[in-house]
Amino acid sequence: MSRRVVVTGIGVVSPNGVGVPAFLNAIQNGISGVKFMPLYQELNFSCQVAGKPDFVWDDLKKYISEVTFHGLKGTNIGYGITAALDAWADAGFEYDTDEPRWDTGCIFGNSVADTEAMKNVIIRVDNKEARKLGSRVVEQAMNSGVTSYIAGRLGLGGMITTNSSACATGTQAILMGYDYIKHGSAKRMLVGSSEYVDPYVYGAFDSMRVLSRKFNDAPEKASRPMSATAGGFVPGSGAAALILEDLDYALERGANIYAEILGGSSNSGGQRGGGSMTAPNPAGVIKSITDAVISSQIHPDEIDLVSGHLTATMADKQEIQNWSTALKRSGKDFPLVNSLKSMIGHCLSAAGSIESVAAILQIKHNFAHPNINLDDPNPGIAELIDLERVPLTLVKKDINILAKANFGFGDVNTCLIFSKYK
Amino acid sequence: MNRTEILDELKKILAPYTLDKEQLAGINENTDLIKDLKINSANLVDIIIDAEEKYNVEIDYDDAEKMINVGSCIDVISARLNA
Repeated sequence: MSRRVVVTGIGVVSPNGVGVPAFLNAIQNGISGVKFMPLYQELNFSCQVAGKPDFVWDDLKKYISEVTFHGLKGTNIGYGITAALDAWADAGFEYDTDEPRWDTGCIFGNSVADTEAMKNVIIRVDNKEARKLGSRVVEQAMNSGVTSYIAGRLGLGGMITTNSSACATGTQAILMGYDYIKHGSAKRMLVGSSEYVDPYVYGAFDSMRVLSRKFNDAPEKASRPMSATAGGFVPGSGAAALILEDLDYALERGANIYAEILGGSSNSGGQRGGGSMTAPNPAGVIKSITDAVISSQIHPDEIDLVSGHLTATMADKQEIQNWSTALKRSGKDFPLVNSLKSMIGHCLSAAGSIESVAAILQIKHNFAHPNINLDDPNPGIAELIDLERVPLTLVKKDINILAKANFGFGDVNTCLIFSKYK
Repeated sequence: MNRTEILDELKKILAPYTLDKEQLAGINENTDLIKDLKINSANLVDIIIDAEEKYNVEIDYDDAEKMINVGSCIDVISARLNA
């Protein structure tokens, strides 16, 4: 079990930047990707803003054949293909292969099929025209659609699967890929996750009254993690992908190494002890962080930066409390902490992978990205940690060890520990 | 509509389903959809649906099974058009 796992390629489709260079620039400069959505006003939603990537659908033709492109309707799949193939190229690999790549698997998370695209299916079936649906619906309706397209394009021949664990999906996909390499079952894993919040999914969240609704006229200010005026999250869409490799394999081919994954933990609070379908049991969160630290064989004091889940709800304060308890650090001693959601909203299934790409870029380029919209910090958070630990502007600093966690509906948690490769 | 006219129209229907544009340009009645044009067999369903829409005809399951090369496609379409 001496195998080490490193990240050698990244790709991202984020509301504030499509492609790594645009995304890096955005997170360094605190550029928001949250926009006003006229359709959501028309639909009488309370929240009318969303994080949406400036994605050019026709650009998919650069990645997939014309035949595959024809009939592709699932936005989540389009995002996933782009992020995954960008990561693959970034790692220095060719797309085309005649033989299956037996040593490489794919774990790409997803939540639901693009319901907007599926609306056409429902209408046709209800109209008694099911025979007109054609051959391309099933592959896009199935949850593993996104992995099927990616793995098919690249000829991946290892384990191919789609995981789904709400907002912890992305971090969990990375952890599963890490474990798979660690156990010697693959040399390379393409991991990540994708999310397209279509109006039907968005509407369901809107009805739960968990979304930000007071900033419809100032979309860039709507996502306010850790602030006193955090009144709900802003749904976001996108995807991100990472290429994970067995260190020896990466070194042998002279790969560019972004970072190392030291370990992680995925668990559940069991929907007990204050946990429920929608709220985390603090004991589960704390255990997830603690177990990740133990599995990584680090001391909590070594963590330079926490990339929180921090969605901009009432739960932010409890999350900081959980980190503080798990790491036994508070006040001025707390690590730097930031939430990418201040810029892009909450990308649900894609949150963990997009935020992990941000984590890797912060390690690689030695900075902690700013938290935007934090002009009124939550006083409850200020009691727990020194506010200097919550940067409002970019902090230039060596980030040697970074803890990244996401917590999701169903009371599921995943925490990853990334480090500089040394 | 004569067979040549149907063949020209069929070419347009087949276009999104094949990457081999050269083969497509030179199709004749003997061109096999799967072997020559490398069309994915699952897509034959889509081609039939597109043809139904284009000619405003209904192609039943038995007829659809016959549509393996360009000539048999033309047979089925012209029979439906004249039905």
